[in-house]
Amino acid sequence: MAQPVLELKQLQTYFFSAQGTRVVKAVDGVTFTLNEGETLGIVGESGSGKTVTSMSILRLLPAAARIVGGEMWFQGENLLTKSEREMRALRGSQLTMILQDPMMSLNPLFTIGEQIAEPLRIHRHMRGTRLVERIKELLRGVRIPSPEVRLREYPHQMSGGMRQRIVGAICISCEPRLLIADEPTTSLDVTIQAQYLSLLKDIQKEKRLAMIFITHNIGIIAKMCDNVGVMYAGKLVERAPVRTIFNNPAHPYTEALLHAVPSLTERTDRLWSIEGQPPDLANPPAGCPFNPRCPKAEDRCRREVPPEFQVGENHYTRCWLWEGR
Amino acid sequence: MSDKLVEIRDLKKHFPVMKGLVFQETIGLVKAVDGVSYSIGSGETVGLVGESGCGKTTTMKMVLMLEKPTSGAIIFRGQDIQSLAGKDLKAYRKGVQAVFQDPYSSLNPRIRVGDIIAEPLVVNESLPRAKVKERVQELLSLVGLRPGAADLFPHEFSGGQRQRIAIARALSLNPSLIILDEPVSALDVSIRAQIMNLLQDLQEQFGVSYLLIAHDLAAVLHLSTTVAVMYLGKIVELATSEQLRTQPLHPYAQALFSAALPVHPDEQREEIIVTGEIPSPLNPPSGCRFHPRCPFVKPICSEVEPVLKQIDTDHQVACHLFG
Repeated sequence: MAQPVLELKQLQTYFFSAQGTRVVKAVDGVTFTLNEGETLGIVGESGSGKTVTSMSILRLLPAAARIVGGEMWFQGENLLTKSEREMRALRGSQLTMILQDPMMSLNPLFTIGEQIAEPLRIHRHMRGTRLVERIKELLRGVRIPSPEVRLREYPHQMSGGMRQRIVGAICISCEPRLLIADEPTTSLDVTIQAQYLSLLKDIQKEKRLAMIFITHNIGIIAKMCDNVGVMYAGKLVERAPVRTIFNNPAHPYTEALLHAVPSLTERTDRLWSIEGQPPDLANPPAGCPFNPRCPKAEDRCRREVPPEFQVGENHYTRCWLWEGR
Repeated sequence: MSDKLVEIRDLKKHFPVMKGLVFQETIGLVKAVDGVSYSIGSGETVGLVGESGCGKTTTMKMVLMLEKPTSGAIIFRGQDIQSLAGKDLKAYRKGVQAVFQDPYSSLNPRIRVGDIIAEPLVVNESLPRAKVKERVQELLSLVGLRPGAADLFPHEFSGGQRQRIAIARALSLNPSLIILDEPVSALDVSIRAQIMNLLQDLQEQFGVSYLLIAHDLAAVLHLSTTVAVMYLGKIVELATSEQLRTQPLHPYAQALFSAALPVHPDEQREEIIVTGEIPSPLNPPSGCRFHPRCPFVKPICSEVEPVLKQIDTDHQVACHLFG
């Protein structure tokens, strides 16, 4: 098999308070491998560390956060030993990211054309008509009608769906190897979301892009992803190919998540709810972080943090129930 | 259908678009809600689904009397709410409460939770203080919060707990109708299920009616007895949730189903991805408002506006393909 695009080994990103007395383990031992043309979905609730994981990959962490352990390999190169200058050369060209709100990621004072041109000028040194042609091609690629006109317009002249497609065009402008999409469709309407997801899928197929999809929506995972990591309290509590996750969830949290959403096709009288709240990471419970909400928790779960156990082929979980099986 | 608690008849709300600062003239109308009729029975849930700009929120505001309808009527227990005054008006306001989308902005951060829940009681009923306190405790336990919560401030609670506080406040006056405006969309998945279950339990216990507004089709179908699918200010399909689930008729309703996300990777659905964007309500398309995006468009669709036709008992659709 070819070299993976991205490999994370036991990545740990902690936040430290000003005096260094309080530590929040936002990402605590995340491991996964992502190959060319594959989509990895990371699903979890707010505060589970999904976004900190993606920001760690781009090394765009806030000042209070530090990567304290683990390894990150991007196309065989160690991302953790790269200088800031080398990282800047990667960001926006090889490693790109789509954020949740296109109104925040586009600059309202510049035209669409200028914003798409920026990475091309910086990373590809394109100028003049070649640059303009490339911008039009990219706009056509993300299905924006009449690109000649649109590239002179400003973000406020477009709808939410179009803006998010423009962000997509910026991201693929320098032909990246890895695209991280962090909740890209939460601010879009359902029919527009469907359009956008199918567009992303087409682009990915065409460019053999590796993609990380960060979402809290199980449906997006079912539709878009090949592999899934379920994140809870900074840890990937389960990772497996998408069908395995849906057919044979191993971790009680995954199982509960799958049953907590109403189905469109079948009537359910009552949803399966997970009692309690996600833990406060500044003050996590002892043992498995899910134990206070877990219906299957035993004594051991309240004392010891479970390591990762292998359940099946490419299927891992952090749950004591699977020890020695 | 059971007895009607609220009946909405041909409700319209048009917002004028003005030009000029001093000598204003109207240059157009945004027909936010344009002839909507439905009714809510006691103990029932009516769901309104649709994308942004379809008029769900404006409808809700008119029921809450936050906007005045341009024409049409809202009949509550046999009385047009616009003719209400004095005591009757106060009774209506007591009988209709609301829970909003974002529990971070719908609760005053400077007021203790106990006082937030007690406020409707203090304003509307002259109860002795001990009685109010007792009622607050009762409401807190109804929505699954600890009694000690009354002395805390909203920021000390998570999103799901705050939504419980908002529900307790809405329940405090024993209303007959609660308007739920996207009650779970700001919450995490595991918390959503908790709140949806709580809403169902409370309805069973008190027989309160809900007017539910949401864009998540699966959640609306799950909670509602009747669902109205709205598009650009019109109801395009009105049916019981079971009928809509098994047999959506309007192409837009079908598109919503097709666009909704699967619950399993092997789930195969007919792909009807509608092209284009939602048109501006300032200048809606002629004829059927969905025709520029409709995959089954016929010549008549751009000329004649379809009306809601009865297809089956409790199933109405506004489309030229039917009837």
